[in-house]
Amino acid sequence: MLKAMLGEAWLAMGANRLRTALTMLGMVIGVGAVVIMMAIGQGAQYAVQQTISTMGSNLFIVLSGSFTASGVRSGSAGAPSLSVADGEAIAELDGVGNVAPTHQGTRQLVYGAQNWSSQVIGTTPSYLETRAWNIVNGAGFGDSDVRSATRVAVIGKTVAENLFGAEDPVGKTMRIQQNPFLVIGVLGSKGQNLDGRDQDDTVIIPLSTAQRKVFGTPFLGSVRMIMVQADSAEAMPKVMDSVTSLLRQRHRLRDGMPDDFFMRNLSAAAESEAETTRTMSILLGAIASISLLVGGIGIMNIMLVSVTERTREIGIRMAIGARQKDILSQFLLEAVMISFAGCLLGLLIGLGVALGINVFTGMVIVISGSAALIAFAVAAGVGIFFGWYPAQKAAQLDPIEALRYQ
Amino acid sequence: MTESVIRVVGLGKSYETAAGLFPALKGVNLDIQPGEFVAIMGPSGSGKSTFMNLLGCLDTPTMGDFFLAGKNVAHMDKDALAILRNRTLGFVFQGFNLLPRMTLQDNVALPLVYAGVDKEMRRARARELLGKVGLGQYAESLPSRISGGQQQRVAIARALVNAPRLILADEPTGNLDSHTSEEIMRLFGELNAEGITIVLVTHEQEIAAHAKRQVKFLDGEIVSDLATDSLPFMAQRAGIPLGKGRAGDGMGAIGADAETHPLAEATKQPTKPPGNGGQVSAYPSLPLVPGDAAPAGHKEGGVPC
Repeated sequence: MLKAMLGEAWLAMGANRLRTALTMLGMVIGVGAVVIMMAIGQGAQYAVQQTISTMGSNLFIVLSGSFTASGVRSGSAGAPSLSVADGEAIAELDGVGNVAPTHQGTRQLVYGAQNWSSQVIGTTPSYLETRAWNIVNGAGFGDSDVRSATRVAVIGKTVAENLFGAEDPVGKTMRIQQNPFLVIGVLGSKGQNLDGRDQDDTVIIPLSTAQRKVFGTPFLGSVRMIMVQADSAEAMPKVMDSVTSLLRQRHRLRDGMPDDFFMRNLSAAAESEAETTRTMSILLGAIASISLLVGGIGIMNIMLVSVTERTREIGIRMAIGARQKDILSQFLLEAVMISFAGCLLGLLIGLGVALGINVFTGMVIVISGSAALIAFAVAAGVGIFFGWYPAQKAAQLDPIEALRYQ
Repeated sequence: MTESVIRVVGLGKSYETAAGLFPALKGVNLDIQPGEFVAIMGPSGSGKSTFMNLLGCLDTPTMGDFFLAGKNVAHMDKDALAILRNRTLGFVFQGFNLLPRMTLQDNVALPLVYAGVDKEMRRARARELLGKVGLGQYAESLPSRISGGQQQRVAIARALVNAPRLILADEPTGNLDSHTSEEIMRLFGELNAEGITIVLVTHEQEIAAHAKRQVKFLDGEIVSDLATDSLPFMAQRAGIPLGKGRAGDGMGAIGADAETHPLAEATKQPTKPPGNGGQVSAYPSLPLVPGDAAPAGHKEGGVPC
């Protein structure tokens, strides 16, 4: 029965090829648009997620406050209000994972005849853990290096390429601010951050070494910035609150006095970025869905015309014993077949175009099986939804009227 | 007495029109036994088309009962009626009504699709019946490739495909020339001889003469119901003046006769036992009036609405 009906639906589709093709075109464009838009949207989301994951998750930073001298205010982190001891106290708080005090600045690096300006970060070993950064060559420094302010450095990939070229940097000695540093490790690549800055253009050295030999500091033990990682995204607001009250207490600030430090939520910025791309991808999908809807309406339109045109045929079928459900399923099947064929074609064309965009523009494209499945389900749904009314109309025809129809 | 194929008791059908309720059929009674060959006649608007639609289970009556092979179908739902149309009846139309995109074989097999018969059986049965109507060699052709008479044969094959006990034919020769009409009527005669009950609607006395019983409708009522061999042959011939009988605008002399006939209002059983076609076989040799060859203006208006 089903096979016979499929054959008939095929015949009916073949009876007016141009019309069937045009009807299918609506679905092809609709499904194609959905596939392309989803590929682009998910690609953008993927790209943002990649960037975020290089930064580390659930992060916020505490910056030392500004100071005012003769009416001139320094920027943030101008006053030496934070100390390494503050960092150690923060690490004791509930919900806090890693804490890494940092002191950073840009310095000229020299190795042999080469020199290169790069960001130098003085910090503790937990910094790498906080940023989820691994070492691909050599090793990192330990707490003992921080305590004894040894002159060792871990360098980023960009630094390694520019300063050492093809040489293996590990074991070589380079100079920062005239001080010789032993390169003990090379970091894995992280690429650009959300601002577009190259994260691999970095040298990481022990905090104490940085303060004493590279940047210098007015008060030993003070630090410009502390990076704090919460255990979970949910714990972030609570941790930030408790850090604020802890620091106010440690700095002996009375009620009404302003904070002598700043806090910035890094993850929030990243998450809002992710939210933006997610919204964009939903928007793209929604716009593409409209074309799918229009394609569905096209199917409905043609099926209505087809029912009117074939009124007499319906009458004949009824006269020789077709039940209402036979007529209904015949027209429904036709609508679903057009919809499915259009969907399949749209899927192929959509994938082709998405791959083309990837190849020619280098845009990140994510093609997921679930997107294809959704497109198929939607196509079947569209076929049934928009085919239902015309099929119902056909099935409800009065056999006598239908037979008399010219 | 055997069970009637068709038993109609006080069957009526009214239509809603702008002018009020129009009674197209005013409570008719009729009994048709297995193996009968009945011609239903009457002018446009006489209710015969409405009656045929009811017999064909295409429509439901507004009053009365209709027993088809013993089952009352007057109050059945649409799907049950569809199954009856599929299994119990065979339909032959004036316009052949083959589906143009299907091969003849597929056309003949179509009722079997709705009966849920598998493909091999459908094919074999369709071939068998096309062979029976003499068109076996055209099984893979499309309807447009064959003549009208041949298309009507295919339509008859389609009507027979589910082995029904009853064939209903609505002006089956209306679109055919006289020679082809004779062939089609001969085919009906053969089927009747095999025991299939045939009820056909026609305008033409020559066609009706093939039947063993003639039932005449006028204004929604049966006005005469006679066995064909009880009708005086000469009076029948004389009753079809050239031109008048063709126009279908009146019942001709026979109709006039019938109104005064003592049996006019009766729904009397034909006196002849079913299956005896002896008298009927004389009619195909009737000389045809040349003017009969191309009947025109034949389309029945059916029910005014």
